[in-house]
Amino acid sequence: MTAPHPAGPVVITRDGLDRLVEALITDGYQVIGPTVRDSAIVLSELDSAVALPAGWGVETGPGLYRLRRRDDAAVFAHSAGPGTWKQFLHPPRRQLWSTDADGGYQPAQTPAPRYAFLGVRGCDLAAIRILGRVLGEGAHPDGAFARTRQALFVVAVNCTEPGGVCFCASMGTGPAAGPGYDLALTEQIDESGHWFVAEAGTAEGERILAKVPQRSASVAEKEGAKADVSGAAQRMGRAMPSVDLPALIRESVASPHWEDVASRCLTCGNCTMVCPTCFCTTTEDVSDLTGDHAERWQHWASCFELDFSFMHGGSVRQSGASRYRQWFSHKLGTWHEQFGSSGCVGCGRCIAWCPVGIDITEEAARLAGLDPGPDQDRA
Amino acid sequence: MASPDGTGAREPMLPVPYRVTSRQAETHDSVTLRLDPVGERLPPAQPGQFSMLAAPRIGEVAISASGVPQPGEASLEHTIRAVGAVSRALHGARPGTILGVRGPFGTTWDLLSAAGRDLVIVAGGVGLAPLRPVVLGALAERDTYRRVCLVAGARTPAEFLFRRELDAWACRPDLEVDLTIDQPSAGWDGQVGFVTEPLARLRLDPRRTTAFLCGPEPMMRFCAQGLLRKGIAAGDIRLSLERNMQCGIGLCGHCQLGPILVCRDGPVVGYALAGPLLSIGEL
Amino acid sequence: MNGVHEALAGDPLFAGLSGTELGLIAAAARPVRLGARERLLREGDPARGCWLIHSGCVALDLAVPGRGQVVVQTLGRGDVLGWSWLVPPYRWQFGAVTVQPTTMTELDTAQLRALAEQDPRFGYTLTLALFGALAHRLQATRARLLDLYRVPDGQP
Repeated sequence: MTAPHPAGPVVITRDGLDRLVEALITDGYQVIGPTVRDSAIVLSELDSAVALPAGWGVETGPGLYRLRRRDDAAVFAHSAGPGTWKQFLHPPRRQLWSTDADGGYQPAQTPAPRYAFLGVRGCDLAAIRILGRVLGEGAHPDGAFARTRQALFVVAVNCTEPGGVCFCASMGTGPAAGPGYDLALTEQIDESGHWFVAEAGTAEGERILAKVPQRSASVAEKEGAKADVSGAAQRMGRAMPSVDLPALIRESVASPHWEDVASRCLTCGNCTMVCPTCFCTTTEDVSDLTGDHAERWQHWASCFELDFSFMHGGSVRQSGASRYRQWFSHKLGTWHEQFGSSGCVGCGRCIAWCPVGIDITEEAARLAGLDPGPDQDRA
Repeated sequence: MASPDGTGAREPMLPVPYRVTSRQAETHDSVTLRLDPVGERLPPAQPGQFSMLAAPRIGEVAISASGVPQPGEASLEHTIRAVGAVSRALHGARPGTILGVRGPFGTTWDLLSAAGRDLVIVAGGVGLAPLRPVVLGALAERDTYRRVCLVAGARTPAEFLFRRELDAWACRPDLEVDLTIDQPSAGWDGQVGFVTEPLARLRLDPRRTTAFLCGPEPMMRFCAQGLLRKGIAAGDIRLSLERNMQCGIGLCGHCQLGPILVCRDGPVVGYALAGPLLSIGEL
Repeated sequence: MNGVHEALAGDPLFAGLSGTELGLIAAAARPVRLGARERLLREGDPARGCWLIHSGCVALDLAVPGRGQVVVQTLGRGDVLGWSWLVPPYRWQFGAVTVQPTTMTELDTAQLRALAEQDPRFGYTLTLALFGALAHRLQATRARLLDLYRVPDGQP
């Protein structure tokens, strides 16, 4: 599914991008992409490329996310928005089944959406792969997730504009998009114009790309795109320390560091909501007043919730320190043992959307006893 | 039944209706339910495994199997203590009530791997329920095992599960049974003391003993330490762990204990892995 | 005397003692055999003697007004019965009665104390052995205090 297209990269214009969106919609895909709403760049269903956030960038830092006007019309030059692609693959609320007075259980009629994700950065593409492992490759895969992912069309973007909280390079997930895309675009915008170097990664990607006016990319155009992406790798907002995190976390279970974070952490759970790989859910049974009809619903949960670990009259993890330790240790440590990779993709959203600006890379550095250094906010 | 995607794979989050066919009170707050399929049958739960039992309109809890599968029968046996809204509803379910069942899930006690060895089975309180299948399994193939020792602790004499069966087991020459209570109780002329005490009195050969522990976590830790003092290897001690469970299939994240997902890597876990994890507060 | 020495040598309580030390204790020990329901100790009596149980079962009890004789602990093989000979006011705090026929080794604690005065090293080793048994009894008692099997409070 991920072999590069033999025909090689092509160039499509900004209008070509409009045609691409039209082609996807005509083909029956629901196109999901970035758009400006409520002072942020969120993911939403797009009915045309006009809705893309042209000319909008973001200023991000610990506890900081602001839109800012760019002096060009780039559409993909932003990052760390509050929504992630997981809300479409692993919905915040989903009915599992219903039952009526006869006692039988009916599975919920889950729609089988056919999404086309437009603008998936390397970090988020890696997150989709990770969710695929967690929800799709266990002994009991989540059927609804698997069906949605099976039908998914991914237009990835190779990142040329990293943000102040980004650290994908140090997590090995970007700025170039990794395997798993149908199409990959690299946005190029300067005085001479606005275009995209486009490359198909699958047969389905080729098929859709063929409907868009295009020409072969010149060597200079291909090199220029590559250079912008590798340049982005040098301009990351921050970096995860390159230590053996799982071992460090195992050794630090009794570290005073957790109390230190707990003195700042509000256990609000924002980080888990904006994290593209957090997957925890809770089930809830609801019934109507007659009691004859009942439904089970599944909704997002967070390990920061006070009763997430409730058992025998009390929660196992009551203190804020233990709950922060759980999230951090799972994301960067035990995720490896459970699912074969890190759970963190370096998108930086947890840093931007933490109300008190806790920085996971800084906490890792403190834990490792290294000097975390001054705040590396991008200008 | 069949999954919506038509693959025929059973949807693991969809309960299967089972009818309560008998309800046996064990103590003032525990009952053993026998469940039989209404239509579709689930695979039998092996000793150590659990099922998610759904009380209509209230919710679901993870309950270990307290019986052993009978050849040719599809019945399930679960012993339930009323401690919360769901378990209270399950506890009160009269014969004829339809419950939802999902499972079986989790790791087994793997009794057969202890063939040819001495078995030491230590139960604290309602921890006896997940261990009853170990005793039944050993008795059904008695010659496969050498000594079979059961140590069971309860708060008071009235709070022993399976009391009639325990008394019958205590009379068997091929079973060593020690019952002990925590609280001084009138009318009891048996042992009084924590379950570690009769356990400490057993003369065991550490080279050929396998231990199966189930009960409140501090009880299992104390017992494991006592067994280690006798020279029994951590790898020969098995615990049944418990954590908050919502899905039972490794997708919801609630049952984590460090690197372990108790629904997937447990509930039966060896002490070599579990011991260090249980000694960490609020893990 | 051989039988007593063997019984002591086989007891894990005295695993840390040398042959000579065991010999000293054996010289101050004698075997005891009791039937069922025989009272060995009476609460309040002067505390003399200490018993190592080899088989059977002994109940520690206390008279509680309104509840009669309450059995607070039972002891069996490997357990030590009797500590109050070491601790003022040197009176039994609980009674002890056999539940089943029981075999024990009784230690002459007056002799042992005299030996310990003469040979503090021996006294220290003996006391450490007894201390270990007491510590395990205390841990088990604390575990019972935790009331681990009770119904958990608070519902989700």
